[in-house]
Amino acid sequence: MDFSIASILTLDGVTNGAVYALLALATVLVFAVTRVIYIPQGEYVAFGALTLAMLQQGKVPGTVWFLLAMTVAAAIAEVVHGVRHHQAANRIAKTVLGTSAYPVAVAALVWWAAPQNFPLLVQAGLTLALVTPFGGLIYRLAYQSLADASVLVLLIVSVGVHFALTGLGLFFFGAEGFRNPSFWDERFTVGPLTLNGQTLIIFMASVAMIIGLWLFFERSLYGKALRATAINRLGARLMGISTDGAGRATFTVAAFIGALSGLLIGPTTTIFYDSGFLIGLKGFVAAVFAGLSSYPQALLGALCVGLLESFGSFWASAFKEVIVFSSIVPVLLWRSLRDPHGEEH
Amino acid sequence: MLPRELRFPAFAAFMLVLPALPLPDFWITQLNYVGLYAIVSLGLVLLTGVAGLTSFGQAAFVGVGAYTAAFLSTKLGISPWLTLFVGIGLSVLVALALGAITLRMSGHYLPLATIAWGLALNYTMANMDWLGKYDGILGVPPITVAGFSLGSGRGIYVLIWIFALGAALAVTHLLDSRPGRAIRSLKTGTTMAEAMGVSTFRYKVIIFVVAAVLAAMSGWLFAHFQRTVNPSPFGIHKGIEYLFIAVIGGVGHVWGAFIGAGVVKLIEDQLQTLLPKLIGSSGNFEIIVFGLVLILVLKYAPDGLWTFITKWLPVQRRERDWAQAAALPQRDKPQPGELLLDVAEVRKEFGGLVAVNDVSFQIRAGDIVGLIGPNGAGKSTTFNLITGVLALTRGQVRFRGASIGGLPSREIARRGVSRTFQHVKMIPEMTVLENVALGGYLRSSSGTLKAMLRLDRDEERQLFAEAERQLARIGMDGQMHELAGNLALGPQRLMEIARALCTDPSLLLLDEPAAGLRHKEKQALADVLRQLKSEGMSILLVEHDMDFVMGLTDRIVVMEFGTRLIEGTPEEVQASPVVRAAYLGTEH
Repeated sequence: MDFSIASILTLDGVTNGAVYALLALATVLVFAVTRVIYIPQGEYVAFGALTLAMLQQGKVPGTVWFLLAMTVAAAIAEVVHGVRHHQAANRIAKTVLGTSAYPVAVAALVWWAAPQNFPLLVQAGLTLALVTPFGGLIYRLAYQSLADASVLVLLIVSVGVHFALTGLGLFFFGAEGFRNPSFWDERFTVGPLTLNGQTLIIFMASVAMIIGLWLFFERSLYGKALRATAINRLGARLMGISTDGAGRATFTVAAFIGALSGLLIGPTTTIFYDSGFLIGLKGFVAAVFAGLSSYPQALLGALCVGLLESFGSFWASAFKEVIVFSSIVPVLLWRSLRDPHGEEH
Repeated sequence: MLPRELRFPAFAAFMLVLPALPLPDFWITQLNYVGLYAIVSLGLVLLTGVAGLTSFGQAAFVGVGAYTAAFLSTKLGISPWLTLFVGIGLSVLVALALGAITLRMSGHYLPLATIAWGLALNYTMANMDWLGKYDGILGVPPITVAGFSLGSGRGIYVLIWIFALGAALAVTHLLDSRPGRAIRSLKTGTTMAEAMGVSTFRYKVIIFVVAAVLAAMSGWLFAHFQRTVNPSPFGIHKGIEYLFIAVIGGVGHVWGAFIGAGVVKLIEDQLQTLLPKLIGSSGNFEIIVFGLVLILVLKYAPDGLWTFITKWLPVQRRERDWAQAAALPQRDKPQPGELLLDVAEVRKEFGGLVAVNDVSFQIRAGDIVGLIGPNGAGKSTTFNLITGVLALTRGQVRFRGASIGGLPSREIARRGVSRTFQHVKMIPEMTVLENVALGGYLRSSSGTLKAMLRLDRDEERQLFAEAERQLARIGMDGQMHELAGNLALGPQRLMEIARALCTDPSLLLLDEPAAGLRHKEKQALADVLRQLKSEGMSILLVEHDMDFVMGLTDRIVVMEFGTRLIEGTPEEVQASPVVRAAYLGTEH
C-alpha cells in the first residue's frame, strides 16, 4: 500500500464514517431520552433512499401507503386509548387529528408531486418530509404505552419493530434495489485525491447536523427539557415536561436523521429494502463505542468504524463485516476495564 | 389432573413413544424442529426470563455446534459423540470470553455484544473456504447408537427429544436449588444478592455459558438431522427468532420454551405458504407478523402463552420433607463485650457533597446500637459503607479485628455481617421460604451441575429446615409458602430479617426495620430483637421511631448532615439539647 491508496481509503472511510456518525448520534439520542436501544434506526436509511429512487422514476413511493397505514393504526390506537380512559369525543377527535393531520397531508402532497418530475433537491425535501413522521408514529404504536418498562423489554420491542419494518419494507418497496443519482457531480482534485461533490455534501450535512444537535441540546429550552427527561422521567413530568411528547419528538428527530443518511448514502451504494439493517448496525457499533451516552465519542467511534471498514475491505474484502463487528469486542473490554461497576439495570 | 411428580414422566413417555405411532413423517419432522428450537430457547428462558439478561447470538452458538459436528465428522472422520464435546467446548470458550467482557457492565451490553458476535460469526462461516462458504458442508453422516443408525427422521427424533426433555429437567432442577435462587435474584438488581454472599457476576457468566451449551447441543443435533449445514440458519435473524420463541411461550417458564417453539414453528410454516399467496409475490413476509406479535405479546401478555396453561394447573405447595434434616454449620460467635465493629473516621464524598464526614463509632458484641438522625443525615450511606455497597472515600472499618473497608459486600457477608434494606429487596415470585433460604447461601456449597443432576437434595433440606427455623423465630412460619410479592410491607420487612438471620451473622444491620409496621407488629419485632440480644446477637439499627429505639438500644449514635453529633445511652441522648436542636431546631 502506498500513500495514495491509503489516502483514498482514508477518504472513503471518513465519508462512510460521517454517515455512520449521524446514525450513531440518533441512536445515542434515542437511548438517552427514552432508554430505547433502537435497533431499527437503519430502516429509515432504506426508506429514505428508496423513496427518493421511486420519486426519481416518477412513481408514487410505497412510503406513501406505508405512512398512511401507520397513521390509520395510530389513529385507531388513539381512539381505543380515548374510549378506555372515558375521554370526551371532541378530545379524542382532536388527538386523532393531531396524530394524523401532518402524515395525511404530506402523503397527499407526495402523491400529487410524484409524477411531476420535480428537480432532485425538491424530491429530496419531499422524501425527508415523508419519512420523518414515521418516527413519531412508531413511538406512538410500539413504545409509548411501554415507556416505563425495563431496558430489556424495550430492546426486545425494538427487535420486533425491526422485524415488522423490514417485512413491511419488502411489501411496500419490493425486492428490487436502487442507486440514486449524485446531488452534485462536480469533481475536485487535491493531490492524489479526487473529491466528488457528493462526498463534500456528506461532510457538510453531517457537520451541520452535529452542530445543530449540539446547539439544540445546549442552547434551547426544549433541548434541555429532553435532557431532563433522559435523567429522570418522573422528575421531568413533575416539571411539566410531557415524557410522551419527548419520546415522540426524539423518535421524529431520529427518523429525520435516518432519512437524511439514506439520501446521503443512496448515491454511493445500491440500497435494497433490507440494506438499512447493516448500515444502521454500523452506526450502532459506533454508539456502543460511546457507551450509548457521549455524542463526541459516538462521532469518533463512527469515524473509526468507517476507517476499519475501508481498510478492512482493502486487505480482506470478504471479512470486512467480520472486522467491523468484531471490533466491538476490544471496545467493550476497554469499557469494562475502565468502569467495572456499571449501573444496575 | 395428574399429581405434579407424574406430569413430567407422563409427558416424556408420551413424546418418546410418538414415533412408534402411525404419525405422518411430516409431523415427525415438525416435532424434530420443535425439539431443536426448544433446547435453544430454554437457554433464553434462563437468561432473559429468569435473570433479566438477553442474547441475540444464540443462533451463532447453534452454528458453532453444527459446524463443528459437520466439519469434524466429514473432513476428519471423527465420531459424532466426540464432536459433541468439541462443539460444546468451543461455545463455552466463546461464552466465557463474551461474558467476562460484558457482564460486569450494565445489562444491555451483553445483547449488543451478542449481535456483533452473531454477525461476525455468520460472515466468517460464509467466507471460509474450508467451511464451504455459502454452500456449507454437505454429506454429514448420521449418528449411530450401538450400531443402529439414526439417519431417519424417526431415529433422530428420539435422540432430539431425549436431549430436549433432559435439558428441560436439568433447567427445572437448577431453578429450584441453591444456585437457582441466586440466579433468580439477578433480575431485581445485584445489591441484595451480593449482600447474601452471591457473586452475581459469576452467576451471570454461568447462565450465559449454560445457554451457549444448550445452543451448541441443538446445533450438533441439527447437523446430524439435516445432514448438511450452511450459514443461513445461524444468522442474526434466527437469533432474534429464538428470543421470539421464548417470549411467545413465556420467557420466565421452562415449558414456555416448548410451547413457543411449537406455536412458532407451526405458524411460520402456515404463514410462509399463506402470505406470499395473499400478497402475490414471494418473500419472507412472515417476519411482519412475528414483529407485530412480539410487540403485542410484550404489551398485553408479557408472561406468554404458558401462563394460560398454568392458570388451569393447581398450585402445589413445596412438600415439607426437611423435618429430619441435620443443622447447617454455624460460625464461632464472638464473646460478649468483644470489640466487634470499629468504624474509624469513615468518609464518603459524592463529587463535592460530603455525605458522611469522618464518622467514628464502635459496637461491642451483645450490644444493640441505634443510629438515628434527621432525614438526609447519612445513616443509610454509613450502612452502605460498612456493608461494602458503597466504596469508602477515606477511613477504616474493622470487623472482629480485621479490616473490611474496601471489600465487596459478599466478602463482608462471609465474615458474619448481615443486613436488611431500607427499601425491601426480595424476589417477589419466590415463596417466603425460598427467599429466606437465599440467606443460607454462604452456609451451603452445591453448584450448578450438582443442582441440575439433583444431587443437592440433602443440603436443600438442611437449607429449608434452617429457613423455616428462622421464620419461626420471627413468627412467620405460617406464611412460608406464600409468594413474597403477595405479602404486606410489614411482613416483607420481617422476612428480610429472617433472611439476614439465615446467614448466621455475628452482627445484624437493620435499616429501618419498623417502618411500615403496625403497633402490634412493632412490639413483636422489639421482642424478637430483645430475644436475639439475649442469645448474644449484636445489632446496629437505623430507625425513625423514637419509642422503638429508646426502649431497645444500649447506646445511640446521632448523626446530622453527615457528621456524628453525639453518642451515648438513650437517656443521655434524650436529655441532650444538641439532639433536640437537630430534630426540632433551636429557639431564637
